[in-house]
Amino acid sequence: MESMGTLHPSTLSTKDLHWRILWNKDTCTLCGRCTAVCPVQAIELGVHRKRTVNVPLGIKDSPATALSVYHGIDQRTDPAFACVGCAMCSMVCPNDAIVPVLNEDVDKQRFHINTGGIPRRRGGRRNAPGSFLDQIKFVRISMLTDPALDAGRHEFEMRTLLGRILPPEEALKFSRENGWIPPVREIYPLIVGSMSFGALSPTMWEGLQMGVAYLNEELGMPVRMCTGEGGCPPRLLRSRFLKYVILQIASGYFGWDEIIRAIPEMKEDPCAVEIKYGQGAKPGDGGLLMWYKVNSLIAKVRGVPAGVSLPSPPTHQTKYSIEESVAKMIQSMYMAWGFRVPVYPKISGTSTVLAVLNNLARNPIAAGLAIDGEDGGTGAAYNVSMDHMGHPIASNIRDAYLNLVKIGKQNEIPLFAGGGIGKNGNLGANAAALIMLGASGVQVGKYLMQAAAGCLGSESDRCNICNIGQCPKGITSQDPRLYRRLDPEHVAQRLVDVYLSFDTELKKVVAPLGRSTSLPIGMSDALGISDRNAAERLQIKYVV
Amino acid sequence: MCRLFAITSQDPLTPMVALEALNVMKEGHDGSGVGLYLSDLAGDFEPYKDYPILSGIFSNAGMKKLDDYMLARGFRPKFERAIRPAKPAPAGTPRRDVYLISVYDYPDDWKYLPKAEVRLRLMLTRVTLRQMGIEDGSMMVFSFWPDTIMLKEIGDPLEIADYIDLNDRNILARNILSQGRQNTNYAITLYACHPFFVQGVATMTNGENTAFVPIREFLMSRNFPGYVGYQSDSEVFAHILHYTYYNLGMGLEAYKHIITPLKDDELARHPETSRLRLLKHTCRPLIIDGPNCVIGFLPDQTLFMVHDSKKLRPGVIGGKPGIYCCSSEICGLDAAIPDRDRDEDFQPMKYDIVYVDKKRREIKKWNQWEPFTHPH
Ligand code: SF4
Ligand code: SF4
Repeated sequence: MESMGTLHPSTLSTKDLHWRILWNKDTCTLCGRCTAVCPVQAIELGVHRKRTVNVPLGIKDSPATALSVYHGIDQRTDPAFACVGCAMCSMVCPNDAIVPVLNEDVDKQRFHINTGGIPRRRGGRRNAPGSFLDQIKFVRISMLTDPALDAGRHEFEMRTLLGRILPPEEALKFSRENGWIPPVREIYPLIVGSMSFGALSPTMWEGLQMGVAYLNEELGMPVRMCTGEGGCPPRLLRSRFLKYVILQIASGYFGWDEIIRAIPEMKEDPCAVEIKYGQGAKPGDGGLLMWYKVNSLIAKVRGVPAGVSLPSPPTHQTKYSIEESVAKMIQSMYMAWGFRVPVYPKISGTSTVLAVLNNLARNPIAAGLAIDGEDGGTGAAYNVSMDHMGHPIASNIRDAYLNLVKIGKQNEIPLFAGGGIGKNGNLGANAAALIMLGASGVQVGKYLMQAAAGCLGSESDRCNICNIGQCPKGITSQDPRLYRRLDPEHVAQRLVDVYLSFDTELKKVVAPLGRSTSLPIGMSDALGISDRNAAERLQIKYVV
Repeated sequence: MCRLFAITSQDPLTPMVALEALNVMKEGHDGSGVGLYLSDLAGDFEPYKDYPILSGIFSNAGMKKLDDYMLARGFRPKFERAIRPAKPAPAGTPRRDVYLISVYDYPDDWKYLPKAEVRLRLMLTRVTLRQMGIEDGSMMVFSFWPDTIMLKEIGDPLEIADYIDLNDRNILARNILSQGRQNTNYAITLYACHPFFVQGVATMTNGENTAFVPIREFLMSRNFPGYVGYQSDSEVFAHILHYTYYNLGMGLEAYKHIITPLKDDELARHPETSRLRLLKHTCRPLIIDGPNCVIGFLPDQTLFMVHDSKKLRPGVIGGKPGIYCCSSEICGLDAAIPDRDRDEDFQPMKYDIVYVDKKRREIKKWNQWEPFTHPH
């Protein structure tokens, strides 16, 4: 840091930053690629004066000072330009001369990122690296009393249902009387969670869609993808691929003008409609697409002017009570497709989940409930919401499931869990644990961004700048210069890789438990944990 | 794995036939228990076919408790066999005061009740007595149903039979289920011992049922007071059949489709796709995950056997007109009906269900790819 006359309270040194840049003068060739690639302009060319003292041998000449100049990379210390640790600089450096490192001390930067009275906003996830789901083990191993199955060679049916399933007595009666039976979809239990067109770049979205189509049509895996709140590109709405899509409607109703208009021209019904009431990463907040990302394409799909921030209200403004939200909105959405498309709400994890659930249970057509836990991701939110608001998913799902068991509707209202599944890479194990706690399937977003597109975000506050449209990988940017970095074909291929490996992992979990004929929803006797309180809370085995 | 043997015969048989067949299959059970279900009774109980018979094990105090309870509810004892063993108990078999088989006349005020109500009340009486017995260990009640006797005890089947002189008592039946127990996960409690019985539905199973917990949760949440117990993971097979038969009004074919439905892509090729898909979706928590072989009787006295796809060593059905049996091993069948035509023996595979109806003329086979034979 250069010397300066006065110190401002927010004057920081590089030691105070969360991410510090280590730069090696010896190997740097001053090519300038790092400063060009940095998404937040955290580094810049520095010109430094250097003084050397020359001490000649002998007594003839006296020691003298020589001054020189050298050039190098400087890290900016203004919190507005703080390094986010994305390491794109390292990626482009031909000589490995630069790398960001996490400050081993508690940084001071965090106290100053509210300049102008605006609290910190960012994208990404809760900055909490631990995963509760990782602690759950599968302890009921089949061996002699019943043979364990061969995950590689046995036949498995790992499908789940999305839709309101009638009690058997009623279903048979309706079928005899040619009555209406709610639509039910047989789908793969790993759903591409709601990430909107707009939050994601066009290349990312296209890649995911292509991957999903391939999984369905070439591999016979009925994978579904939820649009998030951003509408759906018009061509997709009118294509046969719409059947792989879950359309989300949220409080801003973005894109629904376009969707409603397209209904008469649709070749296929969508898989389902998800009504978003809440999101795990920022419960109680509506969706937010910041102005940086609202270009003319996004604006057109969403039916809004370009270049303005799009904050959705925290709640559906036309609704006054839960009864109304549930009954009216679900019914209207059913009506739009002639009662052929399942409609279900998604809420953020909350201690009031049972109240919502009881309401749904009384509604005769609600097609399920998706619950998004505190570890869910977001494209943009206040840091405080992300880090401190929300409810862990495990106990929410367990409570909801056991409550359905109590009223005998555990098969009627499928529960879908989201938020932090695979946050440390353990996608198969985390998903299986939630399914055995009672979920019918899981919704995953961040893991897919990481695995299928190389997202750099992490729970130690790495990158997480999805909100400002500067995504260095082109995943969450609407700037063609950035999203061109992402080849949709590669995203599709990686998505397929992820699903195939997940499928194998899921089998490697259920086969030793002796399960193959149906997804082990609620098979809680297979689960154990070494935390007595957690075991008691979730009603699973305490094992040490 | 437990050994199973079932027989249905035109001519009344002593239960020793079944116990001897179990004895032949002894390698596979460890003598830790035996269970018997007898129906279409003959011998001493033939005259009382229309009256409910209570079967269970009682202490002397339990007998008193039982009498008080039944009298207070208006049941009048008509006939009883109270077996008080005189010989020393075989090693490992607990000393009991009374093995009771007691016929009652219905209370007067039941006379004009609809059949379903009578069924319900009989079942409730059994469940209540069972509960009263659990509280102080004074009684264990296995069945309370017309034309039905059940016996369960810990120990080797033949030794138990000798101990209670089963052979010398004139207790005969045309339908018999018997199980030789291989004790696995559960502490030996007689309520975990097969066969299981509820309202005329009786089944026994071998193999572990790994989907037990979600199935039990589903059954218990049907709010039917007879879906209790579950000391064994196999009890659910009887209850699923009961649920299919009474609640859904469907038979064995639907039972097969419920416990082992066709896969989604198989269903798509089936002539009755939509109906079967509906059944599969709505009864999804009842899908079993074996390997399991289920053998049992329906309330109409049809004997059946069914497997899931993981049963690598299926049971066998065989016999001749007038007498048929299902056995978990062929040697059991050989012991019981040696003079049958062995070419007619049949081992049902993953799509099959086999049954012999009350006429006992032939083995009927039905395969999941066929349409339902009874309209539902
Ligand atoms: S790590 Fe990323 S944000 Fe930090 S200096 Fe390098 S490119 Fe810039
Ligand atoms: S790489 Fe892109 S999507 Fe991932 S955290 Fe950074 S900005 Fe967000």
